[in-house]
Formats: sequence, C-alpha cells, structure tokens
Amino acid sequence: MTENDRLELRNISKSFGEVHSLRNINFRVGRNEVVGLLGDNGAGKSTLIKIITGYHQPSSGELYFNGQRVDHLTVPRARELGVETVYQERALADQQSLWRNIFIGRELTTRFGFLDVKKMRAETDRLMRGELGFTSTAVTPDSSIKGFSGGEKQGVAIVRALYFHAEIIILDEPTMGLALSETRKLLNFVREIKTAGKSCIFIDHNVFHVYDVADRIVLLDRGTVAGEFRKADLSLNELLDKMQHVAETGSL
Amino acid sequence: MASNTTPMPANTGFDLGRFLRRNGLQVGIFSVMLLLWVIYFVSTPAFRQGNIYTALMSTVPYWGIVALPLTMLVIGREMDLSFPSIMAMSVTTFVGVNLATGQPLLAFAACLLTGFAVGLINGLIVVYIGIPSLIATIGTQFFWSGMVQVITNGRSFPLNELRGTAFRDILVGNLFGFFPMQMIWMILVAVGVWFLLNRHRFGAHVYLIGDNENTARLMGVPVNRTRVLMFAIVGVAAAFGGLLNAIQISNFFTNLGDGYLLIGLAAVFLGGTSVFGGVGTVFGTFIGAFIIASIQPAVVAIGWAGFTTEVIYGLIIVLSVAMHTILRARIR
Ligand SMILES: Nc1ncnc2c1ncn2[C@@H]1O[C@H](COP(=O)(O)OP(=O)(O)OP(=O)(O)O)[C@@H](O)[C@H]1O
Ligand SMILES: [Mg+2]
Repeated sequence: MTENDRLELRNISKSFGEVHSLRNINFRVGRNEVVGLLGDNGAGKSTLIKIITGYHQPSSGELYFNGQRVDHLTVPRARELGVETVYQERALADQQSLWRNIFIGRELTTRFGFLDVKKMRAETDRLMRGELGFTSTAVTPDSSIKGFSGGEKQGVAIVRALYFHAEIIILDEPTMGLALSETRKLLNFVREIKTAGKSCIFIDHNVFHVYDVADRIVLLDRGTVAGEFRKADLSLNELLDKMQHVAETGSL
Repeated sequence: MASNTTPMPANTGFDLGRFLRRNGLQVGIFSVMLLLWVIYFVSTPAFRQGNIYTALMSTVPYWGIVALPLTMLVIGREMDLSFPSIMAMSVTTFVGVNLATGQPLLAFAACLLTGFAVGLINGLIVVYIGIPSLIATIGTQFFWSGMVQVITNGRSFPLNELRGTAFRDILVGNLFGFFPMQMIWMILVAVGVWFLLNRHRFGAHVYLIGDNENTARLMGVPVNRTRVLMFAIVGVAAAFGGLLNAIQISNFFTNLGDGYLLIGLAAVFLGGTSVFGGVGTVFGTFIGAFIIASIQPAVVAIGWAGFTTEVIYGLIIVLSVAMHTILRARIR
C-alpha cells in the first residue's frame, strides 16, 4: 500500500451469523480515483461499502484512512473522515422536511447543540434552486419529502452527499430511478469528483455506466474479489467477457 | 403600479396557505378545543366562572407534565406505560429522604434522580435487551408499583409539615392568590420540551428515529443513546408531576399515579402525535390534555350521568385521531 491511498481495506471479512457476505477482501481507493464496483445481486457490494461508512463492523480485517489504521469505525467518525454516501436504500426520512433530510446526523448547530434552523433552511433553499433544480414554489425547505417522486428523492440523497465536501463519495446504485438526462448529469458529476481531486466508489448494475466513469474496476463475486482492472488496460468488450466468465465459473 | 402583473411569492406578510400546511395539525386540535369550549360556555354556567379553570389548571399539570415528554417518546416510536409507577416510586424516595434528613430540597433532588434512574432502566431494557417498550414497560409498571408497596408497606404519608414553606409555595402555591404554580411549571416544561424537540439536535434525532430508524443509523444518528435518554426524560417528568400531586394534597398515597396512564396517552394521541412515530407536536399534547380534562367537569356541569364521561372520551379520541389521519393525508 502507499501512504497516498485515501482508503485501504485489508483482509476484511464480514459474516451475518452463518452467512459469509465478504471474505478476505483487499480493496483500495486512491486519491483522485473513481473505483467502479461490479457484481451480481448479493455479491456483497453494499455490505462492503457499509463497512467503509462505519455502519457495519467487519468480523475481521483492518481499515486504513490516509494510511492510518482506524478501529471501531462508526458512521459519525467515517463522515468526519470525509466519507459521504448515497445508499442503495436512499436513507431518507419520508415524513420529515427537506431541510431535515439534508442535514440528518450532521445538523448545523449553534452553541450547546441548538439547531441553526435558519441556516439549514437557507442552505436547503439554495440547494433546491441550484443542484436539485426544483422550480415549483409549492416545494419549500419545509415541505416533507413524502410526495417526492423516486428521482427527486434520489436527487435529495445525492445532493446531500455532495453538500459536506466529502473526500470519498460512495454511490451505491445512484442511477436507480433516474431518467436518462438525470443519469447523464450524474455521470458528469462523477467525472467532476475526480477533477476536484476527490475519490469515489461507484456501484451500478449498468456496466456501461461503470466503465464510462471508472478509473479502475473491481469485480466482486459471492463475497470475494474476483478481479481488478484498470480501465486503460481493458476494453468494454473484454470487461463483459470477463464478467460472463466470472459469473459462470466463479473466477477469472 | 405593476403590482398586479408581477406575482411575487408572498415572502413578506402572512401566507395562510403555508401556515396551514406547516401547522395543520395544531390548527386542527386548537379548533376542536375552541369548539368544545364554546359548547361548554353556552350550555353550562359553570364554564362561565373562574373556579373551573383554576381547578383544571391545578390538576392537569400532575400528569400533563408527563404527557409532554411522553409525546417526544411516542414521536421516537416508543411507549412508556410505566410512568404512573415512576411517579409513585420517585415520591417514595422523596418521602424517605425528607423523613431521614428533614431537607425537602435534598429530597426533591433525590426524587428527580429516582425518576431519571427508573426511566433510564426502562430505556436500557428496551434498547440493549431489545424488548419492545410496550411490553417492557408493562413489566416495569408492575415492578415499581409493587416496590412502592413493599417499601411503604402500603402506608400513606402525610406531608403536612411542608405547608407554609417556600418550597411548597414555589411548587404548588397560588400566584396572586388564584393562579396555581403547577400550571406555571407545566408551561415551563412545555416550553422546555418544545425547544428540545424542535430546536435541539436531540429532538431532531428523535424525529428521525421515529420516522425511519434504519435511515437514522445509516446517517450516523446516535440511535441508542437518544432512545435511552427519551425514557429517562419521561422518568424525570413523572417524578416531578407526581411530586406536585403529593405536595398539593399534602399526602403521599401509594396509589399515586393511578388513573393517569390512559388520560396521559389520550392527550398525546388527541394532540395529533402519530402512533407510527416521526410526527407529533408539544402544542397538540398541551391542548389535548386540557380537552381531556375538561370533559368530566363539563359532563357533570351539563347534568349528564358521570359515566357518560367515558363515552365522550371514547368518541373524542376516535374522532380526533381520525381527523388527524385525514388531515395528515391531505395537508403537505
Ligand atoms: N444485515 C444483514 N443480515 C444478514 N445478511 C445480510 C445482511 N446484509 C447483507 N446480507 C447478505 O449479504 C450478502 C450480500 O449482500 P449485499 O447487500 O452486500 O449485496 P449487493 O452486492 O449489494 O447486492 P445488490 O446488487 O442486490 O444490491 C447477501 O447474501 C445478503 O443476504
Ligand atoms: Mg446492494
């Protein structure tokens, strides 16, 4: 490993009772790098990223952020370390207002933990007009997100992940539920993450999306890393062949 | 000049639509209260005199003070059926420490601490053992009310020596000779809980946990700690409410708290707090408590048989929860 890696997982395993979701995973994310994660349903992609976000504790193995070992990672700690995530399950609170959703777990506060509601409303308003692209006056920072469409909700989750100046942005199936134009915007955005000198883990079932934006692609198969390629070394067709081969035989 | 051609969003001035959208539930419950009150006022002379209001303001706070943080607990998708026994247990501590030391202030602190500890135990059982609070607190309700009987041998304890002390006057005296101090305390508790719930990180977390626990965990909300504290806060409030009650009547009966469970919960749900968590207001519960408490005197004053009270309780609760459900589906 190099001191320069933003993130490194060494020999990480995770089991839920008898289910071994991850076995001896070695995985790294460099600075300024977009890593695509591919694998079948149940391969362990979401479990892997939830270890990085501090949501799951690994059963064994080690985690390093910027070359420093971190034990007992929690979600708040991971967020402090610059990890922001768009979870596959979106992680929104439907009955709460837009501003509360943006600031879940990272509320802006004044002294003694009192909420800076005014600022959170104002920031939400700004995000709505800008990144979220809401134009209707019916939607305010105080609107509950219950009535939002799937794509709008996904937009909220994405904008939230970007708001906090993350160093590592994790996107777990972010294009799910997005229209074509929104998907294109998202992919552009992932490219910008790289230009901005940040890192990204990108999970998508659409191989074309992953191939499009990733610098490196990691193939997961039934809880293990089946292969790892730099995009520069491999054409899209070769990638598709390899994936097919892995699906059939379980190895490259 | 051009004012009719440039439709400005009504940022300045009062926007009724937005106000209703934000506060629909509170407006709803407040209207119910006004409506009831007009009915009372027109139909019985009792509600045209001050006494009945003084009576309400002196008795509602005993359990109203608990219903307020209970609202927070229900918003956080938990329940506490044991608060009546927390009242009795905490006041038992008060009586014990007061007898032993003769220092009511010390006894007061011990009383609140007992409430905190018993509430904390509820929280720990629910959060770390994983028993649903509905069941866990049935158990602790039996346990603590039993403990009170065991400790006191079922005896009652007069608190007459507190009469005339500043301690008593501050807790349950009459301001200007007619305004019960316990009402001031209830208002202060309401303001405190409101701030905690709406203007503090803690309350933000309560709403999130009640709305979607998984989301709260994924986003790093300290779910367990927040949950445990919610129970402890109800415990402290129960201790306080129970103590006000005992000191007001200058006697501690070991069945203190009996009869407060259902009306306390009724106030919470009447006030628009959702059983499913994530939604609810302190204001609603405050109003709800007085609506519930007004029913019995109204029934008596109107001259109906006393047992009509329960029929009306039932009706009001079902109707208002129905109203809230419908409003919630419509507004927002
Ligand atoms: N909390 C849990 N408890 C038990 N088993 C779990 C849990 N979370 C994940 N698993 C199991 O771990 C395995 C990997 O799941 P994971 O969600 O990581 O897959 P995935 O690659 O993200 O799949 P998908 O593409 O469908 O999202 C699955 O077999 C799943 O059933
Ligand atoms: Mg997944």
